[in-house]
Amino acid sequence: MVDSRDYGEFETAWCPGCGNFGLLRALKRALAACGLEPHQILLVSGIGQAAKAPHYLRANVFNGLHGRSLPVATGAKLANPGLTVIAESGDGCMYGEGGNHFLAALRRNLDITILVHDNQVYGLTKGQASPTSAAGFVTKAQPRGVFANPFNPLAVAVAMGCGFVGRGYVGRQDELIELIARAIRYRGTALVDIQQPCVSFNHLNTYDWYNARCQPLADDYDAGNFDLALRTALESGFRLPVGVLYEKEGQAVFEDNFAVLKEKTPLCQRPTDYRQLAAIIESYT
Amino acid sequence: MTEQKNSRSHDLLLVIGGEAGQGLVTIGQLLCRALVLEGYEIVVVQSYHSRIRGGHNTFSIRVATSPVEAAATRIDLLVALTEETVAAHRPELAEKALVLVDEAWKLEGEKLLAVPFAGLGAEKVFNVAAFGVLACLLGLQRGRLEALLDKTFGRKHAALLQENLQAFGRGYDWAQKNGAAFEPLAQAPQDRGPRMVMNGNEAIALGALAAGAKFASFYPMTPATSILLTIIAHADAMGLVVEQAEDEIAALNMALGAAFAGAPALVATSGGGFALMTEAVSLAGMTETPVVVIVAQRPGPATGLPTRTEQGDLEFVLHGGHGEFARLVLAPGSVESCFELTRRAFFLAEEYQTPCFVLTDQYLADSYRAVPPFSVEGLEPVRPGSDPRSVSGTYERYAITGDGVSPRLLPGLSTHLVVADSDEHTSDGHITEDLSVRAEMVRKRLRKLEGIRRQWLAPEYDGPAAPQQLLVCWGSCRGAVREAARHLRQAGKTVATLCFEQVWPLVEERILPVLEQAGEVVCVEGNATGQFARLLRRETGFAMHRTVLRYDGLAITPDYIVDRLQASG
Repeated sequence: MVDSRDYGEFETAWCPGCGNFGLLRALKRALAACGLEPHQILLVSGIGQAAKAPHYLRANVFNGLHGRSLPVATGAKLANPGLTVIAESGDGCMYGEGGNHFLAALRRNLDITILVHDNQVYGLTKGQASPTSAAGFVTKAQPRGVFANPFNPLAVAVAMGCGFVGRGYVGRQDELIELIARAIRYRGTALVDIQQPCVSFNHLNTYDWYNARCQPLADDYDAGNFDLALRTALESGFRLPVGVLYEKEGQAVFEDNFAVLKEKTPLCQRPTDYRQLAAIIESYT
Repeated sequence: MTEQKNSRSHDLLLVIGGEAGQGLVTIGQLLCRALVLEGYEIVVVQSYHSRIRGGHNTFSIRVATSPVEAAATRIDLLVALTEETVAAHRPELAEKALVLVDEAWKLEGEKLLAVPFAGLGAEKVFNVAAFGVLACLLGLQRGRLEALLDKTFGRKHAALLQENLQAFGRGYDWAQKNGAAFEPLAQAPQDRGPRMVMNGNEAIALGALAAGAKFASFYPMTPATSILLTIIAHADAMGLVVEQAEDEIAALNMALGAAFAGAPALVATSGGGFALMTEAVSLAGMTETPVVVIVAQRPGPATGLPTRTEQGDLEFVLHGGHGEFARLVLAPGSVESCFELTRRAFFLAEEYQTPCFVLTDQYLADSYRAVPPFSVEGLEPVRPGSDPRSVSGTYERYAITGDGVSPRLLPGLSTHLVVADSDEHTSDGHITEDLSVRAEMVRKRLRKLEGIRRQWLAPEYDGPAAPQQLLVCWGSCRGAVREAARHLRQAGKTVATLCFEQVWPLVEERILPVLEQAGEVVCVEGNATGQFARLLRRETGFAMHRTVLRYDGLAITPDYIVDRLQASG
């Protein structure tokens, strides 16, 4: 039996009251709920305050470059399909610097989980707009407000056929634990965009702001309905419903296309066939 | 022109020129196979425009009865698939050259052999009819070539094979009646044993397979793409996963993810793609993740000449990636070395847990040669990672060690936790801003250079001690430099060559005495600023007396070197 305490407690570099604490707590509980031992998990992150989260729990970790968590996660999963691979970073890292990788990851559909700390602002660089900041959001870098429209990760993911698309909120712990656990168990790429405040730099999207908007989806919500999912993902303003917006089981996962990965043997444990190689060399004569 | 061919039929240059899409590479490759089967040595230079149809492309084959390792410049036999080819190459024709042209062009002039292509087959098989004419002129055995055509086209389509065999036969017959003006090739030794027809990129791919590579990722870029295409062709048989990434940034990060999880991994690209990879190169250095990066150079800056050759990215590959860390740069000088050094790069990358580079270029990438088959006898694959049983107590990914190399466990393969971080980190891999840890980690990572230097691949010295002239080079111009030295020796000079296949790190105390014992030291390289000459000066304090540089997009040839040395004194 795995307990969330097995993932340890660490001192963090986060501001008091940061939404990251709630996310980390929910993540540990979700991992425990999935029965995953720390050594079975690989957490891959980029750079930013959110991307430090893997340092604050016990697991295998690759804390790489800003924006590049998904390519690293992809390579690691293909090299060892038996690992539970979770790519985890902030909204700037995943949707801004890593935007092309985000699209490519949704297209590939590896059996990985993408957790995005979405606080609509850059924290570690002290308060510039992020790809999900609302138009008009004023910062020192955008003194006349953000001119561009915000990126809608959930609508993009649903539109691209991502088989598991969810929205969480750190202020709704029970739902968030359940959501992350379901995303990890889902076979295929699962995206969970997690709403959270930045208490230091975002004075618009506060706990109160989220509390008013982040209500669970209706009990009779049909997550298998693509049109409904897309409509729900496109909702903005006073409603940011949390839960699984879209789920489609049985999609082929990327790893299955490779004969060498069928048995989930890590590539490093596969032999090198020198008789085959000799035949290949022979074919050039 | 310095070289006097006593009997040109022992060493001739055959050039096929035409537009992209006319099938000149097909007949070029067929000829290579035919010539090697008959015992000849070859050196191919491919020159092409960055387009799929049209333009002016050439496939040049230097054919010789004894070993050759460089390209030639005077054309003995020119096959013109377009009229433009004739004019473009007229200045390069040797005295007794012959030019195959289409009778329909109604060209007049010396050295022309007008072939009635329209009577030999449909336009789409003109290339194979030309192959027939050529085969006869060169004196190649008809039956063997028909078998070769069967092997090439037979698998695809019986009708296609028939049409090609017919065109080939008609070309051959026509030449037998009308083409006596050309002296056939002298017979090559028949005891050379089986040989492959292989170019540098194919050899790099096979070197990676021989090392036990299990993962490759790439974004297509000339002239590196064919490395990946070769690996992909054998991926299922050899148990590799290969992925075309969304960009080069993803390609290298993906390879690092795979390598972290234990798969020996490579990427291959050219300068522009490498520019995108540089942040991840630095990540490999910091996270101490082994990876092999192949950079096939082409002329820059920016998009430059996308399909031509240059050695202009030496300094870029030496320094690409921010911060300071150990790296190793190998630069093969032959097709055989492409195989051997790529293998070596995997072992060194794993041993020192750091990025290792193989630096090649378009000339070597596309240059077919006759190569004895690589032996797999006694080959072993890279063994990724350390044995978890060797770890007692809590595992630390970046444990401080005397040689800078820490035990590398692979995530998920034991109950130990493996933590890698691109931030400065403590020995357990976790982020830190403790500045004394920082200084200690910098020293640990750089200590790896001492081990790498101990395994230095010394440059190859050839020629008498204390020569009047020493020609220094690196990478793909090795063959041209060695042949140029032979010509200069024939002219009475004492000349030696020093060819580097490891360009970083350099062991300066073993290089300086070699440079100091020569009268004049000349650095020969394919760039405009003498990057290797500058590197040698920086590392040894020795300033080259002269340089021979080339940066017009073409390969350095023996003639090019000799002409410049003689012109300037």
